[in-house]
Amino acid sequence: MNPTIVVENVTKSFGKKPVLNEINVTIESGQLYGLIGPSGAGKTTLVKMIVGMEKSDAGSIHVLDKKMPNLAILQEIGYMAQSDALYAELTGEENLKFFASLFKLSKSAQKQRIAYAADLVNLTPDLKKRVSAYSGGMKRRLSLAIALVQDPKLLILDEPTVGIDPELKLSIWNELLRLKNEEGKTIIVTTHVMDEAERCDVVAMVRNGRILASGTPTELKDSYHVGSLDEVFLKAGVNQA
Amino acid sequence: MRISALIKRISRQLLRDKRTLALMFVAPLLILTLMYFLFNGNTVDPKLGVVGVEHSLVQGLEKVDIKVKEYEKATKNTVVDDHLDGLLQVDATTGKMTLTLQNDDPSKAKALQMKISQVAAAQVQAKLIQQNPAGAANLIAAKMKTKYVYGDKDTVFFDVLSPILVGFFVFFFVFIISGIGLLRERTTGTLERLMSTPIRRWEIVTAYLTGYGIFAVIQTIIVVTFSITILDIVLVGSIFHVILINLLLALVALSLGILLSTFAASEFQMMQFIPIAVVPQVFFAGIFPLDGMANWLQAIAKIMPMYYAGDALKAVMYKGMGLGEISGDLIALMIFAAIFIVLNILALKKYRTL
Ligand SMILES: Nc1ncnc2c1ncn2[C@@H]1O[C@H](COP(=O)(O)OP(=O)(O)OP(=O)(O)O)[C@@H](O)[C@H]1O
Ligand SMILES: [Mg+2]
Repeated sequence: MNPTIVVENVTKSFGKKPVLNEINVTIESGQLYGLIGPSGAGKTTLVKMIVGMEKSDAGSIHVLDKKMPNLAILQEIGYMAQSDALYAELTGEENLKFFASLFKLSKSAQKQRIAYAADLVNLTPDLKKRVSAYSGGMKRRLSLAIALVQDPKLLILDEPTVGIDPELKLSIWNELLRLKNEEGKTIIVTTHVMDEAERCDVVAMVRNGRILASGTPTELKDSYHVGSLDEVFLKAGVNQA
Repeated sequence: MRISALIKRISRQLLRDKRTLALMFVAPLLILTLMYFLFNGNTVDPKLGVVGVEHSLVQGLEKVDIKVKEYEKATKNTVVDDHLDGLLQVDATTGKMTLTLQNDDPSKAKALQMKISQVAAAQVQAKLIQQNPAGAANLIAAKMKTKYVYGDKDTVFFDVLSPILVGFFVFFFVFIISGIGLLRERTTGTLERLMSTPIRRWEIVTAYLTGYGIFAVIQTIIVVTFSITILDIVLVGSIFHVILINLLLALVALSLGILLSTFAASEFQMMQFIPIAVVPQVFFAGIFPLDGMANWLQAIAKIMPMYYAGDALKAVMYKGMGLGEISGDLIALMIFAAIFIVLNILALKKYRTL
């Protein structure tokens, strides 16, 4: 089976500022892929290009064997943006329903998916509240629920657990692992939390516009001769400087 | 399906925003009502001081609603001190008349001057008839009868202005509300978020036009009905034609508002488009006659949607013309809307090429 995502020689700059330079990434089907790297490294830019929301200057991106951007493929991508993009005047449920109705989904499936996604992020009791009355963490959780609502094959989550309490974070991660293991979903996660990166199958470190290192968490630690991913992160920064 | 979901969401958001709804539906009515009372205020009778004027002339002046005050002697200062609108002096020896006008309001001064000369001329005529009754027949024939092509002798400026005002308010409020609607979608990031779903650019534009269009239709119907039934604005032609013109104008305002919101980074920047894109429209809507404008100004008028809408509204409401006569204006409005809509779809390319 072909890899789910193939990013080849992708280069991107904003104006004169180069952000990504000749990036190559291959993500196999059913993989949990972590992107780490310092703030401003280009993680968000990279995942946006995979979704097709951002144009690349050069190179090509294929998702599920289709060249991006591709509208049909978007049906199969659940995207959670780094900053919550929600309709504050609407209730949580109305937000979920609205986004769900942008995808091909039968009425009954839609109902069932909304219930599932809301339950996963513990929002069921707050669904009837307007989003303007939500806390920061609740908005984050609603964004995650929206990403899951159409039951996509591929999940792209940009810092999904920021502002979420440890207990809920744990249950979300357990669900992500379950989705991967039982439903064979491919998941990309960007994160600044190294124990989250630790749970990924493959971790890639983005730095100075390049993928500096990638591999399983164990491989990364071994190649830098350190005991934790935190140290890998720090050491990679020192080597660069 | 996606379009209807978007339309449903837009209407739901608007319905929950009571202030915006009020702005859209109530504000135009308030302003129109205010304008109506301002333009229909009773005119105050002008005050005229007279020195050495014959009694018959004074009577003549009083007959045409001029308040006459007689003085023994008066100067320019009397006009100022006694708040007179004018001072009419007749030289006792030569019989020559001199009129001093206060002229703080030129249109009032002109009207007063005209009335006085008419009365004075009538006096002279009467005298001539007395002296020479034989010639009277010719003189009576000189009395003029006035006929009007549009309106009648009671027509006031507001009757000509109101069709333009109705159109302008529809244009203004639809422009602002739809522009800010899409702008909010940009600033909150939801527009970008939409681009990660399988929605197409034209679907977004269509949904926005329809969603806000529904509210624009309701607004148009309210404003037109209110103006005609409650304010009793002159409507010679068909109300359906008035609504049709306003709907096309609303479509232009909608698509222009959405388009310009692309170039605004905040609500405040959207407001900055009002003096640039909205206010000039009023000047070319027919309040000032186009014929008197410099050629380059006339050329500018031709690229203003309000010019065509104003022309069509005046034609239907005041002159009672039918669809055939305003078809040119309607086509022009449709072309504007079509251009703006296409530009909107292109402007969304910024987010996604598909
Ligand atoms: N729309 C934009 N216009 C100009 N520059 C941009 C834009 N978006 C991102 N950048 C720049 O691109 C670089 C990468 O940004 P990006 O958001 O991808 O970083 P990131 O790795 O996601 O950072 P963080 O961990 O803080 O989220 C930054 O230097 C940023 O300033
Ligand atoms: Mg980021």
